[in-house]
This record gives sequence, structure tokens and C-alpha cells, in this order.
Amino acid sequence: MQPLYELTIHELNGLLKKKEIKSVDITKSYIDRIKKIDPVINSYLSIDPERAMDDAKMADTVIEKTSDGDFPELTGIPLSIKDIYLMKDTKTTCASKILENFNSPYDSTVIKKLKENNFVFLGKTNMDEFAMGSSTENSAFKITKNPWDTSRVPGGSSGGSAAGVSAGLCAGSFGTDTGGSIRQPASLCGVVGLKPTYGIISRYGIIAFSSSLDQAGPIAKDVLDCAILLKSVAGYDKNDHTSRKFEIKDYPELVRKAGKSIIKGLKIGFPVEFFSEGLEKDVYKKIMDVKELFKDLGAQTIDISLPDTSYSIAAYYVIATSEASSNLERYDGIRYGYRFIDDKNKTGDLNELFVNSRTKGFGKEVKRRIMLGTFALSAGYYDAYYKKASLVRKLIIKNYKDAFNKVDMIAGPTSPTAAFLIGEKMIDPLSMYLSDIYTISINLAYLPAMSIPVGITGENSSSASKLPVGMQIIAPWLAEDKMLCVAKVIEDTVGFAEKYKPPLHESFFDEGKGRTADMADRSANIK
Amino acid sequence: MEYIDDSFEAVIGLEVHTQLLTRTKMFCSCSNKFGQKPNSLVCPVCLALPGSLPVINEGAVKLAVKAALALNLNINKKSLFARKNYFYPDLPKGYQISQYHDPISSNGFLIININGTDKKIRINRLHIEEDAGKLIHAGDKSYVDLNRAGTPLVEIVSEPDLRSAQEAVSYLKELRDILVYLEVSDGNMEEGSFRCDANVSVRKGGTGKLGTRTEVKNVNSFKFVERAIEYEINRQISAIINGGYVMQETRLFDSKTGKTESMRSKEEAHDYRYFEEPDLPPLILSDEFVENIRNSFSEADLPSVKRKKYIKEYSLTPPDAEVLTQDRKVAYFFEKCIEINKSKGFNINEKQIANWIINDLLFYFRNSAFISKFLKNALKSPHGIDIFKDRFTVISSPPRPNLMYDAENIGELIEAAGPSAYSYLPDIFKVDNRENEKKIITKTIMSPENFLKLILEVEKGSINKNTGKEILGDMLLPAPGKEISKGMLLPYKTVEEIIKKNNLAQVSDEKSIEVLIKDVFEENPKELNDLISGKDKLTGFFIGEVMKKTKGKANPKTVNELLRKYIASYKRTGGN
Ligand SMILES: [Zn+2]
Repeated sequence: MQPLYELTIHELNGLLKKKEIKSVDITKSYIDRIKKIDPVINSYLSIDPERAMDDAKMADTVIEKTSDGDFPELTGIPLSIKDIYLMKDTKTTCASKILENFNSPYDSTVIKKLKENNFVFLGKTNMDEFAMGSSTENSAFKITKNPWDTSRVPGGSSGGSAAGVSAGLCAGSFGTDTGGSIRQPASLCGVVGLKPTYGIISRYGIIAFSSSLDQAGPIAKDVLDCAILLKSVAGYDKNDHTSRKFEIKDYPELVRKAGKSIIKGLKIGFPVEFFSEGLEKDVYKKIMDVKELFKDLGAQTIDISLPDTSYSIAAYYVIATSEASSNLERYDGIRYGYRFIDDKNKTGDLNELFVNSRTKGFGKEVKRRIMLGTFALSAGYYDAYYKKASLVRKLIIKNYKDAFNKVDMIAGPTSPTAAFLIGEKMIDPLSMYLSDIYTISINLAYLPAMSIPVGITGENSSSASKLPVGMQIIAPWLAEDKMLCVAKVIEDTVGFAEKYKPPLHESFFDEGKGRTADMADRSANIK
Repeated sequence: MEYIDDSFEAVIGLEVHTQLLTRTKMFCSCSNKFGQKPNSLVCPVCLALPGSLPVINEGAVKLAVKAALALNLNINKKSLFARKNYFYPDLPKGYQISQYHDPISSNGFLIININGTDKKIRINRLHIEEDAGKLIHAGDKSYVDLNRAGTPLVEIVSEPDLRSAQEAVSYLKELRDILVYLEVSDGNMEEGSFRCDANVSVRKGGTGKLGTRTEVKNVNSFKFVERAIEYEINRQISAIINGGYVMQETRLFDSKTGKTESMRSKEEAHDYRYFEEPDLPPLILSDEFVENIRNSFSEADLPSVKRKKYIKEYSLTPPDAEVLTQDRKVAYFFEKCIEINKSKGFNINEKQIANWIINDLLFYFRNSAFISKFLKNALKSPHGIDIFKDRFTVISSPPRPNLMYDAENIGELIEAAGPSAYSYLPDIFKVDNRENEKKIITKTIMSPENFLKLILEVEKGSINKNTGKEILGDMLLPAPGKEISKGMLLPYKTVEEIIKKNNLAQVSDEKSIEVLIKDVFEENPKELNDLISGKDKLTGFFIGEVMKKTKGKANPKTVNELLRKYIASYKRTGGN
């Protein structure tokens, strides 16, 4: 039998329903796996095995008491949570020194809902500080490794979650996506990541990076798991004025029913702007393969244009950094979090307290973005930057509206490249920003999108790295149901999970190979 | 007001911030209360914990719309919230949520009356925002109290239509009266729930161009507003006539010196980096929402309308009408009295009722000896301490916990509180026409009817005026030892009870007064002689002497009549 940590949520749920296993068995399997593998992967910032086992026992009691397996699908399922979600009595650091010792006094709405589902909480995952970054290298605490090649990044900012799902360190995870932070790491780690329509998952209790772009979403082993996770936390929340009143569909049920026939006659748009310069050859090839697959399944593939895509990075960085510069003002060293006290130079100067606490508490990239945003909002510059960026945002929304008048769904690469080397892009922030070039406009347009693995790079070469390639599917507002169904058919047809596994699954952590992985890390860091 | 050079004209605009009387804060469900234990009214939202989000308080929006309608402003069906960014320890989020480009209302006006002439003052806008917390400095340490953080505010910005400090004060008073009447604000300047900044500039009379303006902050009473503006006008004029110029800057008024001091120049001004609040969608108001509010109050509720009515219908003087309408509760009490006076056929002159309220009833609430007695009595009630604890915390600022519980120190507390002490008394005037409160009113306060009965007793002559005033004080005092409950006034005593208990009824029987008159004549033979020989002025002296002997209990009318009778007979008989 497969080890439990390799099973999907729906498989585990099936076994729990049949009472063949208990949640404590699953949880134990994950804890052992974490102890063995996470010291190299660094998926987690904090784990709490005792609490996890308590959660599991609780879940088992609930399962015991319910007849006919009529308990929520997440009952007894061990999940990890990006360290950006507040959860009562756990440390929530946002991977920042400024919140290093911050204990959440309340539950975010997502956590509250997960608790109502009796989930098992394994721990908090690593991320780029305040979700700013695309490689998880901006964490103040550790560098997360890509399970497919530990000299490479897992993507970001939800890199800890994606790496964890990929390496079997959790059954599923919740991340956040401001410009691609769920989809890009999912793509780089060969797992499924979904960024829903803005406003369908409450942002209450999730540390804000850019309020008008941030959206919570699941990262999972497959599309059905993604649907299960989405359904369990979606819905209007009176604590979040930007959350939407909408009809929550039975996503898992729809996904289960989705057969190849649903693709027939669908119009799938491939934006020409997503296949431009900078797109890695192998990534291009894999996406083209899926395009052919769509045709084989009876879809109509149409080349479309999103003419204003080239402005999206600029608009995004103005809006995101402007909002961030304001959202991060609350970390001032007054009420909670890191406060710099200079014992030698006790002047009691208020400004010094603010400046020193923030200078020493925030990392480099966060400070860079605060400065960018502060500049963009300054008197005299507002019109040229923030206002203009807001206009561009409207154009991009219109681009997508026009496109969805012609096609049912849009597809393309999630990221221009497969996983890159640790350290490779840290010296050049702009090149890092470009790794979100295909994901960013979706956030600007408030649209739902997801990334599913569709192949591997370097298949015809013995020396090249074998890294996952993700395809992004973009749907109209609130069409998560249709998007998940299309993704499910592609997933079944491609059969990625059956064909490929990260090398970790093959006794990678036998003594010798574990050390090789470590050595690879070090060489990457030197570089 | 005389200026240094009266060829100059002052141009003044006021920015008024007032807290809204909502149950909860602007963006969270914390209680919106004054004078609580520091940092006891806080939650993740108003503490600006990571991940918290603001939720608009509909009650605050209603009050803002109500105020806007009363000030003749256009309601904007779609308005936007914006962030005003700056760092300060009392501002938890590092930004204040306010409204910038698209406020909830714009383009209104207010009519003020200057020496009998109406003047229209245009109002640029009224918008919604939230208050900051408070810093408390003690020694070399500073403390942050965030109870006030997130309190709903409206900012009301006038056009620069005011031409003198007096006009500014008159605008401010009118504005405050309206907001207090509509129960939008408590209008308390001392506690800072009603605050004002003044934009002041001067120009040569007749020139259209506006001079450079300064913004004067920290003017927390009507008197200070007047003094600060006058000082600033003269400062600017003298700068100009001495060949200098006025710098655009923010100035702080120092109430001790009566001067304004530069706080920061234009160059040092904050760049607030306003932008649309991404956590809040546009605020959309339906026609129905606005109409419901419009129909919830009537013109007749406004103080200016009431004043006119009092002057016209009850022949009150303008100053008396002004006093009665300053506090909505006082006005309602007066109106209730008028109503009962009519329905019960008491036939007391309305002016007389007004005089009793102004000179006697209100006297007690500004009299620290009375307040002291009131609070002491209240404290002796079983739950007195609990009920007044909150109020004492406010009076003694910074709070001195031991003092709070020590009834003997109330005098000191009242002194610390100054003239605002009376606002900590329970609502004597809680006369409201709302149905559900009727019960409380009749049970727990000095009813208008009892008040009228007292006036009637004095008019009938069964007690004299001074005794009447004394009785009034007793009627207002809580009865020690009786159970009282929060928010309600203490059980009152009736006129009859008090008169009976203290044997205050006037000595009206003629026999005993005659005896006293004879005594007085014997004791003052010289004055009696003068009186008989024609010095009629001395009649008053003898009345006074007789009153003294009765300790004021004699009916002056009876004394007067008897005295004149005796004098007449003395004149006839030549003293025998
Ligand atoms: Zn609160």
C-alpha cells in the first residue's frame, strides 16, 4: 500500500469514511514525513505535532459519532497553512522579523471555517516576507527548496505550501495570491494551485499585502482536492467588506462528474502575448502539447490578444506597492511586533523608534516595495503613477471582458520558466518580477485562474533538469466551477501525477542522497 | 472688535470635527463610550492587528446624512473612503480612514444671525472619518489609550465666508446647537468631541484676492476660538503693515498666553498620500435610505426655529430664548412645562416658567456646592459608586483611582472638572416624547408637573421665592439610601413632601405677624419716628426686619399689608 502521505484528500476521505484508517494514522504519517524530509525542504516555519495529534483525535471522535460518513470532507485531513493567516494561539510571522514573536489573538475567517470542518493543523509554511517575492527567498527565516531539485526555488510567495504539497509534507495547503503567489509556486513544484475570483474567500485575518489584489486559495495534489478545499472556505463574510455575495457551487461534485465530453465545442483562447520573448522553450512545447490535446478533445483553440498585457507589470507594481506601503504602516513598533530599542542611545525620540524598528524589522525587498509605493502615492506623483495604473487596470479588465466575449476559457503558461536556481534572480529584482508576467494581469482583473502540472522539462536530455511545467487556465468571474472541470479533464488526460514524481519519493533521503541534496544547496548558495 | 488697522478685512473658514453619538465605533463593533478604563474598548480592527479589516457602521452613516441634511448639503449617493497616511502612536493603522475626493455630502449652508441680521455661511462639505486614540504623558513616559481610536467623526468644512471672530463663534454655536439637537453629537468642546480648526487670512477691505492663510489649531472652547482668531487677525495685519508677510503654516493656540505659535510650515506639512481605501467599496446610498432619514426629523426640532417660536409666542427675550435652546433637553423640558401648564390650567405666565428654568433650575447645575451635594448623596445609594465611577474617571483626568471612590473628595474632583462637571450629572431633563421612555421619565425624574406645582405654590404665596428655590434644590437631590439604577435619575421628592417635612410653609396668619411687627417697631424707635414723619422709603426696611424674624417664612404680601395698616394708624394717633 502507498504511504498515507502520498494519498490525496479525497482518497484519505474515502478511507476515513470506510473506517479503514483513522485521522491519527494519517497525521502520524505526515509528522514522520515532516521530521524526515523537512529539514532539507524547509517547507515549514513552525510545526506543532502535539496539537496536530490532538486535532486528529478530535476529528476521529467526530467521525466515530457520525453515521454514513456524513462529515465534512476535510475532517481529519492534515493541512499546512501559509504563515500569513492568523490562527489563534499560533505564531504568525509573515516570514518577517518584524512579526517574529507575534502571537495571533484571533482566527482568520478561513481558519475558522477549516476548524468547523475539523481539519488537522500541521503547521505554518514558509513564504516570501509579507508575500513579496516569487521564490520564497525573501523569507527572513529560511530558504525553501524545490522538491524536484533542491538547488532550485519552489517559487513564491507561497513556496512553502507548494513545496510541502509536492513533497508529501501535508495533504493540502492554503496560500495567498496577489500576483501569482499561488499559481507560480504550484507550477514550479508540479502541483495544483487555484486563485479564485476576488472576494469569494474572505481576507479577514489574512495579513494584507495589497488589499485590492490579495486573494486566498488552495494548493493541492490534484484538481478534485482543490475543489474540496475551495468549497470549504468560500463564501460571503460580513467582516470583509470586499467579500462577495454569490452562489457557492458544489465544486467537488461537479469535478467528479466532469468527463471528456465537457471540452467538446469549448472555445479555448491562447493569448499571443503569453507566448512572447522570455518564454522557456520546454515550457512552450508543453503548453503547445496541451493545445493539441484540447483540439483532440473537440475544443476550438483560438489565438486571441490581450493587447494591454505589456503594461500589466508596471501597473501591478504601482498598485501593489502603493497599497502595501500603506498596509504595512501598522508595523511601527508601538503596539506589537519588533521594536528597536537602542540602550546606549536612549533619546526617547519617537521618529527614531519608528525608523529603527522598521529599518531593522523589515527585509530588503519589503523596504524596496514600501519605498516604491510611498513614492508612487506622493503629492505631485499620484496622477502620474497611481491614477494612471488604475486606468491601466481598467483597460486590462476590458481586455479580458472582450476576450471572454469570444472564448469560454483562456489558457497559457503559468510561468515563463520552470524552477530557477536559488540565488539566480535575487541580484536582479526586475528579472524576479518578470517571473509573474503571465499571472499578474489576472489579479488586476479580479479573475479566477489556476495552474495545473502538464509536463516536465528536459525530457529528451539526460543532463537537463527534470522540472514541472504548469499550465494556467483563466476563467470569467465566478466561473470556478467550469474552470475546475476543464482542469480536471486535462489532468486526467495528461496523467502527470501518475507519470512523474519529485525525486524525493524514491528513497531520496537514504543517507547518501540526502547529503547530495545538501551539497547541491550549498553550491547554489555560493553562486 | 477693533483691529490694529481697520482698513483690513478678515477672511475665516472653519473646519469642525465632531464625534457621532453612535453605539459602536466607525469600523468595528467596539463600544463608542467616553471615560472608560484605558484600552478596554478595543478589538483587532481598532488595534490595527495584522489581517483585520474595517466594516462600515451604518448607524454612523445615518447620523452623517442627518447632519448633512440639516445643514442643507447635497447627499452624494456614491461616496468613497480614502486613506490619509501618517505615522503617530495614537494612529494604529498608520492611516486614518477618511473621505477625500468624493465625500458623502457637499455644497450646503447655514444661516447665522449677527446683530439681528441673517447671514448665509456656505458649507463646502461634510464627510465621514474616524478619530485617533490618545496619548497620555506622565513623567518621561508616554502611554497610548486606543479607546477613542475609530470613533466615528464627521468633518464639516465651511467656505471662507466668515468675516470676524464673532461671526466664527456664532457659526460654531449654531452648528453645535443643530448637531446636539439632532442627537448627532454631544457638542462637548472640553472633552474634545466637538473640535474646531480655523483658517484665517486678512486682506485690504474690498480687494477680492485672498491673503495667505494660516491654520489655527487647538481651540477647544468658544472663548478660545474667539481669542485665537482675534489674535491671529491682528498678528497678520501687523506683519503686513510692518512690511512683512504672512507665511502659510499651521499655528497652535496657547490658551495660557492667548497667542498662536508656529507649529509647522507649509514645507514641513505632511504628505498624507491620500488614495482610495481598497478595503472598502464605494458607499452607495439609496434614495429610500436618504428619504427615511429626511423624514425622521422636522425643521421644528432645530434650535433656530425654536428660538424664533419662543420669542414670538411666549414673548421671551432673545438671550432667554438662546439659553433655553442651547440644550435640546432643556428646551424639551420647557416645552413640556408649557404643555402641562395649559392642559392642567395652571395659568402660569410662560415668561415666568422660563425665568424659573433659567435662573433657578439651571443655577443648580452650574453650582459646584450643589453638584458636590448631589454626588455625595448619589454615592450613598447602594449602587451609587458603580454608576458614578465612570463619570468620576472623566472628572479626574488623569485618573486617580483612589479619589474615584472617596466621596469626601468630590469637591476636588469637581474643581478638576471645571464648568463641565454638570454634564456628569444624570439626565435631569430627560423629557423625551418617545413612547418607550415615557415610563422612565414619569418614574425617575423631577417631572415638569412637579416643577410647575412648585412655581404655583410661590405664586399663591404659600411659600416665598427664596424658599421655593431651596425646595427646588431638594427636589433635585437623590434620596440617600434608595436604590438607583444606571442611566436613570434618582427618585425625586414632591413639593408637598418637602414643604411638610421642613415646615417651610409661610407664616401667613396675621396674629403672629402683628406681634412681630410690634416687636420690630419697639426695637427701632428712631426709624419708626422717621417713617411716621414721612420717610416712606423705610417701609422696605421694616418688611425686611419682619422677614428676618420669620426666617423668610412670612408671606411678604401679608407683611406688607399689615405694616401699612399699622403705619397708617400710627400716623393718625402720633405713635400712641
Ligand atoms: Zn474595535
